[in-house]
Amino acid sequence: MTLTLTRKAPQSDAVATFASCRPTWRRRTKDRLATTAVVGAAVLTAVPLTLVIWAAIQRGSERLDLTLFTNSMRGVVGQGGGLLHALTGTLLITAATAVISIPLGISAAIYLTEYGGQTRLASITRRAVDIMVSIPSIVAGLAAYALFSLLLGPGTRSGLAGAVALAMIMIPVVVRASEEVLRLVPGDLREAGLALGSPKWRVIWRIVLPTALPGLTAGSVLGVARIIGETAPLLLVAGFTDAMNYNLAEGRMATLPVYIYTQWSAKGLDTAAYDQRAWAGALVLMAVVVVLQVAARALPPQIAKLRRNR
Amino acid sequence: MTATVPNSMTNSKAVAAATATGTAQDAARLAAPTPGVGSPGAHAAVGSMSIDNVSCFYGSHLAVADVSLEIPGRAVTAFIGPSGCGKSTLLRAINRMHEVIPGAKAVGSIKLDGVDLYTKGIDPVSVRSKVGMVFQKPNPFPAMSIKDNVLAGLIIRGARPRGSAADELVERCLTRAHLWDEVKDRLKKSGDSLSGGQQQRLCIARAIAVQPDVVLMDEPCSALDPISTLAIEELMRDLARDYTVVVVTHNMAQANRISDVTAFFSLASAGQPGRLVEAGLTTDIFSAPKVTATRDYIDGRFG
Repeated sequence: MTLTLTRKAPQSDAVATFASCRPTWRRRTKDRLATTAVVGAAVLTAVPLTLVIWAAIQRGSERLDLTLFTNSMRGVVGQGGGLLHALTGTLLITAATAVISIPLGISAAIYLTEYGGQTRLASITRRAVDIMVSIPSIVAGLAAYALFSLLLGPGTRSGLAGAVALAMIMIPVVVRASEEVLRLVPGDLREAGLALGSPKWRVIWRIVLPTALPGLTAGSVLGVARIIGETAPLLLVAGFTDAMNYNLAEGRMATLPVYIYTQWSAKGLDTAAYDQRAWAGALVLMAVVVVLQVAARALPPQIAKLRRNR
Repeated sequence: MTATVPNSMTNSKAVAAATATGTAQDAARLAAPTPGVGSPGAHAAVGSMSIDNVSCFYGSHLAVADVSLEIPGRAVTAFIGPSGCGKSTLLRAINRMHEVIPGAKAVGSIKLDGVDLYTKGIDPVSVRSKVGMVFQKPNPFPAMSIKDNVLAGLIIRGARPRGSAADELVERCLTRAHLWDEVKDRLKKSGDSLSGGQQQRLCIARAIAVQPDVVLMDEPCSALDPISTLAIEELMRDLARDYTVVVVTHNMAQANRISDVTAFFSLASAGQPGRLVEAGLTTDIFSAPKVTATRDYIDGRFG
């Protein structure tokens, strides 16, 4: 309708300009094609995720019983058995990794934001972190393996060695996340703190870190989520065992990802029982990761609230 | 409006301001004791400041050149002048906050009650606990409650007061900052929950809680609405009974209303260092400025 009207008024340049801009069939076709392509891409991205979750829930729940959480694999060759030793190992190694990585990572981030500035050391550290973020995890595993072989003798395997390998992966993640969060703390607050007559380190300790705490927590939890599913370095340096091992410093220690791998790769005669355990392990591991992700979102506001109500 | 703001002449306890360009007689007249106050030397211990040949640099760039100025104790001194004239820089040099910026430094001498704050060996941290600061944008600490914000200076130093001592200090400072009645029922709430004007008064309470002699204010009202501005202006007058107040302002009417002494800064052109053009009693500066540049600026004919 409008288009007809504009045709009838060719004397107006402006109207003529708009008339020539009406959607042609060519443009409409392109629009449809592009819309189909991006929607299709979005669906394609979501499909594998849904399928993985579905498969893990369906097949993992077959063996999701109490014995799974109360038994190790010691002496088990067919049905039965559990993943208690692997769950314990994952929790111990992850905790050790966090204990190493979070203080180191946050301290490095404090240096980068508060003291380093544009100095040479700071820019080298930043570059190193950038590279370390994308380091293949197997390389971290090899490095830890070499380190512990040199220190404690060739072929040394322990939970601690696993934690060191994972820390190499987690530290850069924590540094990056923390640096970003610390930069978000307004410079005003630092100045206000200094103007109250306190040394810089105290301002960082009492003002900057508490203000950034929610973000630092989120960054640390995401760092943990990043390493908790790592398989390759642990296979290399923490090894595998069927039995419980509570000692990080000595002996091989099973973990959930390695448990899944070995259940699947080294099946006994009753293959179904091994498959079931592998899937149950996958479901438990995914549940742990989901809990961590949710915590990373839910914790920060809670912490902020707690601090105020003290 | 005028009724709420006391006349600056009669209010000032100690009015002593040397002008940058004035004659010896001017200086003598300005330094003459106000009725009820002793000789000029008598207010040596009330937070009077003496700025002597101070220049401020950002790297090699000279931002403020050679300023000498007397700031009377327990009075309001206003720094006015166009943007970039270095008044904020000089203000930050007074409590050694200028040097916090990488590459920035100040030379010359700034004395507080006769003690040079730039003497070698004097810790800038201790200077800042004697000379507090309130910033342009209200900046309460978001991770702290209103109460903790008042106590922040002590908390940061690891000397958090507890129990009734803390409560008394909080009430005293908030009352002093004209904020107590508005926040006494929500001391545990975040400082973020307050309005801009309330936040700025909270920052003032925070500044005076560490018992400074001098309170520096860098355009404290420029981010506030007129009502909040009026509240802060009243507060500044009130604070001048116990503290030396130095305020940077772009609002000439405000300088006229609240200050006892006014210092006018200017710069020859962009990129040139800022200089002190004229300083003196506010009434004199606004009614009979000696320098044409001052009159032009005050009359709005600047540039």
